[in-house]
Amino acid sequence: MRGEVIRRVPGGIAALVLVGLVVAPWVVDDYTTAILARTLALALVGVSVALLTGVAGMPTLGQTAPYAAGAYACAVVGSRVSDIGVVQLVVAAAAGALLAALTVPLVVHARGVIVLMITLAIGELVVIVLGRWRSVTGGTDGLAGIPPVRPFWGLPALANDQARYLYALVVVAMLVGAVLVLLRTRAGLVLRAGRDDETRLRASGHRVALHLSGAHIAAGAIAGAAGSLLVVAQQYISPADFGFDTSALLLLGVVIGGTASVGGALVGAALVIAVRDWLFGVLPGHAPLVLGALFVATVYLLPTGVNRARGRLRPPNAPAPQPDQPAAHDQTTVAELHR
Amino acid sequence: MIAVAAGTNRIDPYLIPALDGVAYGLLVFVAASGLVFCFGVANILNLAHGLLYAIGGYTAAALLDGGWASLALALAVGVLAAAAAGVLLAGLLTPVATGNHLSQALLTFGVALAGGSLLVAGFGPDNPQVQVPAALEGSVMVAGHRYAAYRLVFIVVAAVLAAALYLVVRRTRAGMLVRAAVDDPEMVACLGVSPARIRAGVLAAAGALAGAAGVLGAPIIGPGTGTADTVLLLSLVVVVLGGLGSMAGTLLAALAIGEIQTLGVALLPSAAPFLLFAAMAAVLAVRARGLAGRWRAA
Repeated sequence: MRGEVIRRVPGGIAALVLVGLVVAPWVVDDYTTAILARTLALALVGVSVALLTGVAGMPTLGQTAPYAAGAYACAVVGSRVSDIGVVQLVVAAAAGALLAALTVPLVVHARGVIVLMITLAIGELVVIVLGRWRSVTGGTDGLAGIPPVRPFWGLPALANDQARYLYALVVVAMLVGAVLVLLRTRAGLVLRAGRDDETRLRASGHRVALHLSGAHIAAGAIAGAAGSLLVVAQQYISPADFGFDTSALLLLGVVIGGTASVGGALVGAALVIAVRDWLFGVLPGHAPLVLGALFVATVYLLPTGVNRARGRLRPPNAPAPQPDQPAAHDQTTVAELHR
Repeated sequence: MIAVAAGTNRIDPYLIPALDGVAYGLLVFVAASGLVFCFGVANILNLAHGLLYAIGGYTAAALLDGGWASLALALAVGVLAAAAAGVLLAGLLTPVATGNHLSQALLTFGVALAGGSLLVAGFGPDNPQVQVPAALEGSVMVAGHRYAAYRLVFIVVAAVLAAALYLVVRRTRAGMLVRAAVDDPEMVACLGVSPARIRAGVLAAAGALAGAAGVLGAPIIGPGTGTADTVLLLSLVVVVLGGLGSMAGTLLAALAIGEIQTLGVALLPSAAPFLLFAAMAAVLAVRARGLAGRWRAA
């Protein structure tokens, strides 16, 4: 009985948070609503980081690359081709997936800290390309004046911050729902199993590299879709939106949230971004100093951390299907054995 | 300095960029070898590596006044300051030494963020001017072309530094320890060498190298708000291209990056933004498995 209640607590909290998010734009002012919409987009990128870092076991510092690809694709399509939200979303997701697919050969055979390094290099190179490819991206000035989006054919354009925020909320909710459903299927199971014991999975005939490529491309598509939401939310973009600090902030948020938990990633990423925005508001000169100190403090507060947090957070969030349980149980020993 | 070359009337369009590429590549080599040590020996992705270079760069901008003595002073101060920052970083990393790579990377990023902010607070938000010694300010003739004297001297000095580094790693006991730690860290720990001391030593050495590169390279990649990011990225690409196996690989990768950034831009201006990407993709596509295999072993 008590177990039943405890199992429903996360669902209840999620429902409450969702209700809070829906009514938020009528409670706070326009500026905060716009910030919230942007935070939603970044939280969705955080979900894609969690998918790679926690679920697939490929820690990434480069999800800003497909995020940027999606955002620029959406901005170009939005100002030159179509103002329909669905079209922009699909184009952005496709652009993110395409960039992720192109970078698959760079990351798929690497593991651990090497992936961090390679993805970081990819993210930074994308920012450099964005700054120099003036004819398409507008260089370091970015692209401005992107017309307001119409969610679907026949619907009015989203003219105010509330409407844009609600659009972002609906898209994020649908995509996160899709990710949660996908993770409960066999594909999600295989991904987690590959993270916990790659050798065993390979020995039983699974093509781990193929699964990782699939996860990488899917995460790219999610990040690309988030890029489209960023364009909708702020109607201008520049390479500064996709810097290396954004990647690091998102990774920190995902680590705080427990790396493998999608809900945790949403909350953690939103929290970290909110703290950053708040700090830059109240301390204009010294925000990076305080933010850096907070990074160090947070890492100390999550001492040996991530694995333990994952073990604790996973059962309520994702009631693991049966075959996953032994793997989840011995994942620390497996890591030891594996070395 | 490119402007100096462009101002002369007889410009061979390829010789000068190629020579620039060597200077740039050697600078990147000295800066990146610190990151390679961190990564290969201590297995830490040090996101604050660019900060160590920036410390050297700002020191050079603050101390250089056109004389030789100021150059020596700046070099000493820059190397010491950056090495001290490396030791400080090692100290901060001690509590998470048994943790995973994610926490270590995030911690070094926090340090980079805070340190960058302190540098800007101390030296101002503008990119400071760097004054090279007066004797090196002019240009010299290289095969019929004018070339900035400082860069030519820099090439020689950096080549000497690279050779010295090679000898230290190959011939001294410290170098042996470094190579042993890359091959088998557990065994080195069993031999009684504390991993914490290795980490502090490696980060200090990485700091010293980055600091030296920062001081000497200040006229080439000058100090500024974006310097730390640029140097970190270039060093990362060097590691990706050159691997962790040999210093020759690191040197080749750094020279390749130097040529791509100078000669490549001169030859193919429109494709310039993509060249680093293409180089990385090509190298990884050709030897992805081999590289990854060796890295995993390292």
